Amino acid sequence: MNKKSTFALTLLAMFCLSLTAHAQDSGYQIGDEAMDFTLTNVDGSQVSLSGMENARGAFVIFSCNTCPYVKAYEDRMIQLHEKYAPQGYPVIAINPNDAQLSPGDSFEAMKKRAEEKDFPFPYLHDQTQEVIKAYGGSRTPHVYLVNKESGKYIVRYIGAIDNNYQDASAVTKHYAEDAVEAVLKGQNVPETTTKAIGCSIKWTRNSE
Amino acid sequence: MNVFFIHLAFLFLWGPAAKENIAPEPEFKIISFEEFEVLTAADSDKLRIYNFWATWCAPCIREMPHFEAASAQDPDLELVFISMDDGRRPERVTSFIKRKEIQSPVYLLDDVDFNSWIDKVDQSWTGAIPATLFILPDGERIFHEGELEADELQKLIDQFKP
Repeated sequence: MNKKSTFALTLLAMFCLSLTAHAQDSGYQIGDEAMDFTLTNVDGSQVSLSGMENARGAFVIFSCNTCPYVKAYEDRMIQLHEKYAPQGYPVIAINPNDAQLSPGDSFEAMKKRAEEKDFPFPYLHDQTQEVIKAYGGSRTPHVYLVNKESGKYIVRYIGAIDNNYQDASAVTKHYAEDAVEAVLKGQNVPETTTKAIGCSIKWTRNSE
Repeated sequence: MNVFFIHLAFLFLWGPAAKENIAPEPEFKIISFEEFEVLTAADSDKLRIYNFWATWCAPCIREMPHFEAASAQDPDLELVFISMDDGRRPERVTSFIKRKEIQSPVYLLDDVDFNSWIDKVDQSWTGAIPATLFILPDGERIFHEGELEADELQKLIDQFKP
């Protein structure tokens, strides 16, 4: 390989790295303060973090109607909410997908899904994608556990719900539960960030 | 009469085999992450492309023909589709391969403990698909997360090819 092409390759590699670094850095890291939001719920009401009664934080979960991983986790999202909402950590599901690119993720379809599954938690529409961009969500489902500390929402966990989407009974690591249990006990979260294969976000074109 | 039956038997024996020779089916197998690592660590003179996809993933299916076309016209490429489909239902993948007439090998990576291996493919991968790993003949790895248009893919191939 000649010098010129090595140089070009190095430049390209740096460019790719800067791109991916941007994708990682553009959202919240553990310990960052998360923004509050006001988004429309499937019941027509406006929901915000600060408006959740008796909440000490929340599981903000970027979700949707169309992703098989989400479908596999819906029942576990309900269980997570039923177990932890009474302790101050409700689930707040947010669908960020562009409904024009993914018609199955329209607000009407969200209402239908929420009804079918009888979601006990809010299911919000992030139509402008402002919230997911601020958080740095990249896939569905993508969990952010935020904890209210001195009036601020601090990110304490980012990642998957657990380590087996196929079979809840075969799960060996309950990442999201372990995170909230640690927060409830005032301890450090054992695994603060995890990754999982998920569905890509259907980003609105020309929205950069 | 006997000769007739022998002929008939030969017809049955050779029939399917002859058919396979005309239209070979792409290689399909279910692999573990360890097998994937062995695959990617092997030496090759070619630019290897591992495309992570699933049968239910619309952007993945949109970009697949670009990868197939690039691979068909360039013998210096080695393309493998890595399926993220449910390992308990491989028939979803095999029927997709038939329906869409996929030519390149398809391996279903059957390991749902995602957090244990995503970083080993590439640290920058958030886990969203489609995603593509390019491995240059010198072993250098370049990773791309997200859908690629035909011209974007061709540009990358031109840049990475020896």
